[in-house]
Formats: sequence, C-alpha cells, structure tokens
Amino acid sequence: MNPLPWLVVLPLMTALVIFLLPTRWRAPGSLLAAVFLSLISIYTLVEVIRLGILVHALAGYAAPLGIRLRADGFTAVMAVLTALVTMFCAVQAAAYLRGKPEEEGFWPLLWFMWAALNSIWLSTDLFNLYVGVELLGLTAVGLVALSGNAQSLAAAMRYLLAALLGSLSYLIGVALIYGELGSLALSDLALHGIGLPTVLIALVMMTFGLVLKTALFPLHGWLPPAHGGALTPVSALLSALVIKASLYILMRLWMTLDVAVLPVYLAWILGLMGSGAVLWGGWMALRQNRLKHLVAYSTVAQVGYLFLFFPLVTGTAATAAVLAWDATMLMLISHALAKAGMFLAAGNLVFAIGSPRIADLAGVCRFRPFSLLSFGVAGVSLAGLPPSGGFNAKWLLLQSTLASGQWVWLPVLFIGGLLSAAYVIKVLGHSFIEGPLRDHFRTPPLTQEFSAFILASASLVLGFVSQVPLTWLRIGGPFAGGG
Amino acid sequence: MDGQTLLPVAVVSTSFLAAIGIFLLREHRHRLRGIFNLTAALVKLALVVWMQFGVLAGIPYEFRFPLVQGVHFILRADALGIMFSGLSSVLWLFTTIYAIGYLEDSPNRSRFFGFFSLCVTSTVGIALAGNLFTFFLFYELLTLSTYPLVVHRGTEKALRAGRVYLIYTLCGGAVLLLGVAGLHGLVGDIEFAKATVLPSLAPEYSPLLIVLFMLLIAGLGVKAALLPVHGWLPIAMVAPAPVSALLHAVAVVKAGAFGIVRVVHDVYGVEFAWRLGVLEPLGWLAGATILYGSVRALSQNDLKRRLAFSTVSQVSYVVLGLCLFSPVALAGGLVHLVHQGLMKITLFFCAGNYAETLGVHHVDELDGTGRRMPATSIAFSIGAFGMIGVPPLAGFVTKWYLGIGALEAGAGWVIVVLVASSILNAAYFLPILHRIWFRPQVSPWPEEQFLSHRDTHPWLLLPPLITAGFCIAAAVFAGLTFSPLHWAEVVVTRGGLP
Repeated sequence: MNPLPWLVVLPLMTALVIFLLPTRWRAPGSLLAAVFLSLISIYTLVEVIRLGILVHALAGYAAPLGIRLRADGFTAVMAVLTALVTMFCAVQAAAYLRGKPEEEGFWPLLWFMWAALNSIWLSTDLFNLYVGVELLGLTAVGLVALSGNAQSLAAAMRYLLAALLGSLSYLIGVALIYGELGSLALSDLALHGIGLPTVLIALVMMTFGLVLKTALFPLHGWLPPAHGGALTPVSALLSALVIKASLYILMRLWMTLDVAVLPVYLAWILGLMGSGAVLWGGWMALRQNRLKHLVAYSTVAQVGYLFLFFPLVTGTAATAAVLAWDATMLMLISHALAKAGMFLAAGNLVFAIGSPRIADLAGVCRFRPFSLLSFGVAGVSLAGLPPSGGFNAKWLLLQSTLASGQWVWLPVLFIGGLLSAAYVIKVLGHSFIEGPLRDHFRTPPLTQEFSAFILASASLVLGFVSQVPLTWLRIGGPFAGGG
Repeated sequence: MDGQTLLPVAVVSTSFLAAIGIFLLREHRHRLRGIFNLTAALVKLALVVWMQFGVLAGIPYEFRFPLVQGVHFILRADALGIMFSGLSSVLWLFTTIYAIGYLEDSPNRSRFFGFFSLCVTSTVGIALAGNLFTFFLFYELLTLSTYPLVVHRGTEKALRAGRVYLIYTLCGGAVLLLGVAGLHGLVGDIEFAKATVLPSLAPEYSPLLIVLFMLLIAGLGVKAALLPVHGWLPIAMVAPAPVSALLHAVAVVKAGAFGIVRVVHDVYGVEFAWRLGVLEPLGWLAGATILYGSVRALSQNDLKRRLAFSTVSQVSYVVLGLCLFSPVALAGGLVHLVHQGLMKITLFFCAGNYAETLGVHHVDELDGTGRRMPATSIAFSIGAFGMIGVPPLAGFVTKWYLGIGALEAGAGWVIVVLVASSILNAAYFLPILHRIWFRPQVSPWPEEQFLSHRDTHPWLLLPPLITAGFCIAAAVFAGLTFSPLHWAEVVVTRGGLP
C-alpha cells in the first residue's frame, strides 16, 4: 500500500472527526490518531529507504491534471520529524490544556495544521504548495489567536497580515510562471525556466513571500509576539515546524532549479539577511525580560543560520555545497527538536513560577530542576555547543564556509554562537540564584515535563547519530551521490 | 565489539551513568547517592588500571564511529591519555569522598554530584579522545558541566564568577573551534598519533599552520590560564572547596594544559613545531606566566586565591617543558601534569578543611592552626614543600627534569625562571607554614564547627592525607613502573623525539 495519500488524508479526516466529538474526547482521540499518523510517517520513511523515491497520483490522474504526491528522503524525514514533534507537543497539550477553554479549538486546528504540513512536504507543483501554505498560515493564525486576550489577538492580526501578504506575493509568482510556461510542476520549471526574465521576477516574488513567512530578518517583526504570546504547545509547533514549511518550499525551488544558473546576488542577499537575523535575533533575545519572548527571538536568530544555505550552494564547489546541504538539514532537524523542547520547557517553567518574567526564576533550579534541565539541554543544542545536533550542524556549516572560501560568514557563526550561549546562560543564571526566596512553586504534570525533556534530549542524541538522518536525507536528493 | 573496543567507552561512561543515576535520585537519598558515586569511582579506577596494563603491553584500545561527513568519534587509549585518565580517576575517587563529607547537610547535593560526575566524564573523555574533534567535544562539555558547580552556592558573587568563567571559556572554545575547523579544512580528520600529516605539508602552508597553531593555543590557553587570559581562575575561587580542588588539579586547568600537549606533541609534533618557530615564543609565555602567577600569589591574603595564583604559575611548567625541545624537559613537563594535580588537590583539600572546620579563609587567620589541626597541617605542609620543589617530593622531580632538560637544550633562561619561581614559591608558602606551625593562636577561630576532637571530620581528613602520601610516593618510587615519571617517559619514547 502506498502510504503517501494517507499522510494527508488521515489528518484531514481526523480534523473533521475531532470537530464532531465532544470536547473531553478531543484530546484522547487526537492522541490515538497521532499514533497512527506517526506510524504511517515512519512507514513512509522505511519505504523510501527501501525503494527510493515514492510517487503517487491522486485518483489516478497523471501529472498536468491530477495532483501528484512525491516523497524522497527530504520529504520522509520531514514527515517523521513533524510526527515526532507534533506527537510530543500533543502529549504536552493534553495535560496543559485540560479544562481550559482553548482546548476545544486547539485539537481541530492542530489536525488541519498537520495536514497542511504533510501536503507541503509531499507536493510537486507550485499551486498545491500554495494551497498548503495558505491552509498552514490560516491554521497557525487561528492557533495563535486561541488564547483570546487582547495581546494575542493583536499578535494574531499581525501574523495574519504577514501571512496573507506572503501568500499573495507567492501567488503572483506562481501566476507569472504559469503564464510564461503553462505548467506549475517543479520539474517543468527546472527544464524550461532558465534564463527567462519573467521567471526570474516570479522567483523573486515567491522568494519574498516565503521569506516573509519564515520571518527572516528584517521581516521578522510578526514572529516574536505571535510565538511568544501563544499557548505553550502552539509556540512549540509554530517555531519548530510551521516556519520550516515556507523554508522547505524555498529550498525545494532553489534545489530544483539548476543552482549554477540562479542569480548569485539573490543568494547573497538571503545569506546577508540570514546573518542579520543571527546577530539581531540573538541580541534581541538577550535583551528580553520575558522567558517565552526570549525563546521566540532565539527562533528569529536560528532561522538565520538556515539561510546561509543559499549562498553556500549557489555557484560554489560541489564539496562546499554538499557540506552546506548536510549542515542545513541537520540544523533544521536539531532546531526543530531543540526549539520545541525549549518552548515546552519554558512553558513548564512559566507554569511553575506563575510568572512570565525571567527575573522571577530565582530558586527554580532547586525546586524544579527537571524543567530547567530540559531548557538547558535544548539550549546547549541551540547555542551550537557539543555534543549536540546543533554543534555538528555548525561544524559542517563551518567546514562549508571554509571550503567555499566565503569567509564573511565566519564572524556571524561565532558571534551568533556566543550570543545564543549568552541568552541561555541568562536564563540559567537567574534560576541558580539562592537566597531569601520563596519555596512555593507549582508542579507541572509529569507528562508535560517529559515531553519537553524527550524533545530536548533528542537534539542532544542527534549529536551522536547525525550521520543516520543525513544518509536518509540524501535519498533522491540533489546531492544523492555526494560525499 | 569486543573488550578492546568497549573498554574506552566503559571508562568514559561509568561516570556518565553515575551522573544519570544521581540526577534520578531524590534529593534526600544521601546514602544511596554516596554508594552510587563511590562504586562508580572505584569501577572506573579499576577499568583504568586494567587498561594501563594493556597499553603497556601494546594492546590498541580503540572505539570509533563516523559522526558526520569526514569526522569520526574516536576514543583511544594511548600512553598520554592513560596517564591523564589515571590521574582523573584517582582524584575523582578522593574528591568524591571529600565532597560527601564537605557537603553534609547542604542543599542541592543531587545537582552537585550529578554535574561533578559529568565533569569527570568529560575529563576522561578529553584524556581518551583520539582526534581533535572528539577532544573538542569533551572540552566544551567540560565547560558546560563545571558551570553549575562554580555557581553552586547561588550567591551574587558565585553567579558573577560563573558568568566570568563562561565568558572566558566559551570565547576560548570558539577560538579553539576555529583552529580545529581550520586544520580540518586543510588536512581532514586529525587523529592523535605520531604527527606525520602536518610536517609533510608543503612549506607554503607554514604561515597558515602558524596562525592555526596560535588559534589553538589561544583557545586552550584560556583553560590552562596562560598569561593574558588567566583572569577567570582566581575569580572562580568562590566555588566550594572540592570543586576548586578538582578544577585546579585535574579538570579545567589541566584540560587546557593537556590540550596544549596534544596539539604540540600529537598534532604538530614537537620537532615540526620547533621548526615552525612557534615553540620558543610559547616557552617565553609560559615562563612569564610562571613568574607572574608566583608574584601575584605573594600578595594574596585569601588562602584560596593564593593557591589559585599558584596554579596559574604551576600549570605553565607543563607548557614550558613542552617547549624546550628536549626529551628530558618534555618528560618533566608531562609528569608535572600528574604531580601538580596531586600537590594542588592536597592543598585545596586542606584549605577547605581550615575553612570548614574553623572558618579560616585568610592567611593571617592561620596562626596556630597546626596545633588545632595537626594532620591537615602536615598534609598541607607536604603539598607546600612539594610546590617549592623540596626533595623527596613530587615537585622536585619535575623541577629536576625541567632543569636538566633546559641545560641539555641550552636554554639558560629557563634555569633562571626555575630558580626565581622556586624562591617565589618559598616566599609565598613558607610564611603560611610559619603561621601554621610556629605562631600561637591569637584570636578565636572565626567560625568553628566541632567536627571532631582532633583535627576534623574523617571524610575530610582522609583524602588530603592520602594525596599527600602520593606526593611523596610519586617522587620516592619515581623509578618504578607505573609511577607518573615512568608513564611520562613511555610517552616521550613512544612519541619518538630525537
């Protein structure tokens, strides 16, 4: 049986079913379905490892008319990553949202989000990607707005505007390409699109839209209030997965087109914006006095590293490009795990101290060490300190920088790493304070603490098994023969 | 997977498993935690001893797997690694005993012992790392696992010290990473073996290699407390005594010195480094650090700070020995890795005993402590005399070898440094000993706890006495197999210097 359609159909069906269930059944029902979907995702990965690229034409219609789903290593790994992160966020949310009014809306939206993500991972043409992106943006905005207070509504509004503007820009690009080439399949774009000015303009429009949705500096303004103010499991999902979806499309576009003929300056602009994100995001994270906003700015910074991919693969030697691919993939995975873990841990800490402020963390290390440990472990990976997936990614990025001779990124890597270490230490330092302090802290449920810990420590374990996902990611990818 | 492959992993993971176990225990399970800790320490020691026999017999212990493109994770036991891991596992055992006594009735013990075990894991990982990458992995893990120990008390001062410590070590780590990555980009994975790769590069790479050498040494020099970047060490003194003891004797400072040894001896090769002309300046820097640390130690009234500056000075002996391009001096430097550890840990244990038993933290409060705490004071005196270099103590062996080596290499200035430093050592240690033994007690002890009729709590007393015994044994039995000196000579002969 071909698992690909189920990756999209199952979450859509679940979303509808969940919608009909009474509120108290939504969490257990979702967890049950999440286990199924996780198994299907893992099965997809196994099949991809076994057989190579999987293709499925929905309802039997072939390419130009029907919807074609395609899974290579990148797709399968993203699907499994989505399953892993969503699964633990759902476990956390089941405890975190119990009895809260937001519980009702959260579960259906979660399922729509999962469906949108999986459809993006699987899509092969620009329009289907657009549909996925639009659905994803709307569900994400809905999730942010769930808390219902004035602040989060304002944040959701900004997010909505950014998301719509991004989709619009992307859609204009898609329309231009359709007008020029009469096809929307990524593969056709690769064959015929080279050298046409309209295609270039379309590419710029699409890139702008996707970059806005990924919150790349200086278009990141909507992210910190949205991610920082949302419910904890929502923040984790948005930072770990949702912003990666638009980046994924951008990378697909970039990799499908022959990287040698893409405009190098565009890649460099993305790289420079990424550097700005690393520095500015890190600096702003350091200056936050609310815990979850600090973590949100850390996302702004970390996204920047992922954009160094573009200058490093465009017009550089094959060795540098392969290293950059490996580095970015590893960075993407470890950031997803670490950031989800960190947001969940931050939520647990906020719950324990009953205040969103970092200054109120004093003494939490003695009384709630486990939550803090998860935060610290995630921080190690985010700061790119060994042993962690984040460190290995940074090492590869460093090697790629050296191999390509693009020395300009070196200071960015170093200052960025030190900044992220600094903001993690800022949180830890406050938690270690002993003295005349209160000794009453609320206890988060154990499932909440374990969800955070498992995700965070997964990013650490990734530091020892990095080669495994990297091998999978090469399947059917542009660097299949590399290394 | 057989014993040869798994043994290095087992040595590293004993303390790691202990750390996990300790984190899982509830705060009040003190006895179980103690049993856990001591068992792990003993098992680790036994494994290291077992491996020592194997290494002498020439058995290659190696564990490796590919980590990412072009990089392996390698744990390997060579003579140098065995020497360092032997030191850390011995001192871990005694520091654990000491810490159990020292931290009785204080909060956060679970956290303390957990990170303490992690810290030892990283130290042994550093010792057994088979390439620069793995070394770096554990080197940074060491930074991370010592931070909670430095800020353990949670006071404003401790947190500030922790911040300073991290700023220094993380920046140092970043510089080191740049050096490691640069070398990797040049020649690929760099394993610690007889250095043949770099010397065989074409001469036009020499300037680049010099720059990379400087980066590596600058990064490692932060932890080794070389001259311009030693500032964190005296500040980190606010940590509890067992932490200071471990930090100074084997963990952080030694990791830096050990790293420098690895870079010079196993990556560049002493001969090639000499040809590049990088060893001589490094030697001068080491000499300057030796004198500077000693001079600063003279004026410190806080006992632990005085010892800290003494560490700044003493660790540079290791670097100095490395830079003289003489096998004898090299042996002297290497053996000082161990000797300084034994002596310094004794001194810190004793300083901790004075502070814990009598509330004495400053040199001028020490009057008459010899009568009140004779055993501790004897241990302290042995450590102090060892530092000065009085025979038959460990420090003498070091200085003797360094001196002979310097003469052999024709570096007369080193003799001047050695003599001046010994005089300075005497000048800051002898007044302490004079106060301890020959001055009567003038004022009541600042904060006396009645821990024992004679001297102090046995858990606190036993470790310094034993390590003081080692200070004597290391010198008296220096000629026997398994003495630190013997290991140093094995390293030198296997390294193949002229």
